[in-house]
Amino acid sequence: MKPAPKPTPETQPFWDGTAAGELRIQRCRPCARHYFYPRPSCPRCGGDQVEWVRASGRATLYSYVLNHRPAPGFENEAPYPIAVVELEEGVRMMTNIVGVPATPEHLPLDMELRVVFEQRGDVSVPLFEPAGGAR
Amino acid sequence: MTVVIAGAAETDELGRLPGHSTTQLHLEAARNALADANMTIHDIDGIATVGTPGPIQIAHALGITPAWLDGTGVGGSSFLFHVRHAAAAIRAGLCRTVLITHGESGRSRVGAGRFGMGADSLLGQFELPYGVVGPSTSFTITALRYMKETGLTHEQLAEVAVAQRRWAHLNPRAMYQDLITVEDVLASRMVAYPFHLLECCLVTDGGGALVVTSEERARRSPVYLLGSGESAESPIISQMEDFTTSKGFRLSGEAAFAEAKITHEDVDHLMVYDAFAHVPIYGLEDLGFVGRGEAGAFIADGHTSPGGRLPLNTNGGGLSYTHTGMYGMFAIQESVRQLRGEAAAQVPDVELSVVLGNGGMFASAATLVLANRLP
Repeated sequence: MKPAPKPTPETQPFWDGTAAGELRIQRCRPCARHYFYPRPSCPRCGGDQVEWVRASGRATLYSYVLNHRPAPGFENEAPYPIAVVELEEGVRMMTNIVGVPATPEHLPLDMELRVVFEQRGDVSVPLFEPAGGAR
Repeated sequence: MTVVIAGAAETDELGRLPGHSTTQLHLEAARNALADANMTIHDIDGIATVGTPGPIQIAHALGITPAWLDGTGVGGSSFLFHVRHAAAAIRAGLCRTVLITHGESGRSRVGAGRFGMGADSLLGQFELPYGVVGPSTSFTITALRYMKETGLTHEQLAEVAVAQRRWAHLNPRAMYQDLITVEDVLASRMVAYPFHLLECCLVTDGGGALVVTSEERARRSPVYLLGSGESAESPIISQMEDFTTSKGFRLSGEAAFAEAKITHEDVDHLMVYDAFAHVPIYGLEDLGFVGRGEAGAFIADGHTSPGGRLPLNTNGGGLSYTHTGMYGMFAIQESVRQLRGEAAAQVPDVELSVVLGNGGMFASAATLVLANRLP
């Protein structure tokens, strides 16, 4: 079984979002900048005037590896892409790229992506697929 | 006050040591370093080591009652931090002589701490759900971005492993000593594209220890600490600001060079923590030895190999010498050996050596400037 995250109080809104099919991230109001991972303090100004907003779900592929030694739950998928994507809002997160063959030819950096969600136990995790849909 | 490394030693053996527990590795390294320093436990009033088993257990096991402890555990760079912190403590008069120990049953896992992070940790929520299996899938994830932005080729990445094996070939203590080619590296098993097995560090058992004190207390030819720096970036690699450069490498290096008042031309020998083949590339650039995007060609052209103008990772590094999990101790040990003229693959006339340590996945970093003479 693939690992499922366990929310904590400061990350609960993020996981509430994924459960609702939304990618929610935080934004500092004075700085007008988004940030990730969830925490109650803006990493730029140190302030707590932060709010949760819905991200567009559009992203680009920043970097990745193709893992040939699968983690528990991923045995049938190796090699699989472990990626870091950059959201349209400017923040990055780790994810998997799905809906595309796991080869370098099919995974050019900066390719356009969109968020999809996969259920893991009680929690839904954000994954990304090509912006034009699965290939 | 001038602070020196007055004793340095590794465990008798490195590699596969199923007959040694983690604690035993600490104690063997500690005794060897004390003997090297011509000191006993009665000379030691400060102790530093990482998390498990930690400074309390190691001090107690050795029979030391410390007046100063440092348990800084920020990954493989921790021992460079310990040297820096010990120097500050000695200068401040908090203690006189510090023993820094490392022991890790990284391969055999005897008496070792457990791996693993809770599902509610930062890693458990934002990395582990994506099938990461430790450093081979997270430390490595920056490389394709670096390759795209700088033009580094797969062959040049492989050259890092080839160059370091040339040093290991001269070192009877290295775990792997046979010379290899770029073709060998690229033909080795894929671990996490773009990284092949020979571009990933070893996993071994072993240990090392250092005695740090003031120059007047040293009982053998000392290695001087001329400067040091430390910093940290992100606890999870996805939040590293720029995947083509390490902020911690840059900041710790700048601080160490500034304190030592040295320039790159003063450096005779360099150690850069090499858990994976791309890390020395970042190290060379982030410390300023070469410009951005130039390190791959610099290594491929042989400048870091035996006979080159910037000897790098002369024990063979984590890729070929040993890598217990927290390699930084071994990088310091090799610098000390080179400065004493005692290295297996001795570089002629080394007077000044720089050590860059990494912790986690570009998470923490520390740099030491060491020399066998005062400027």
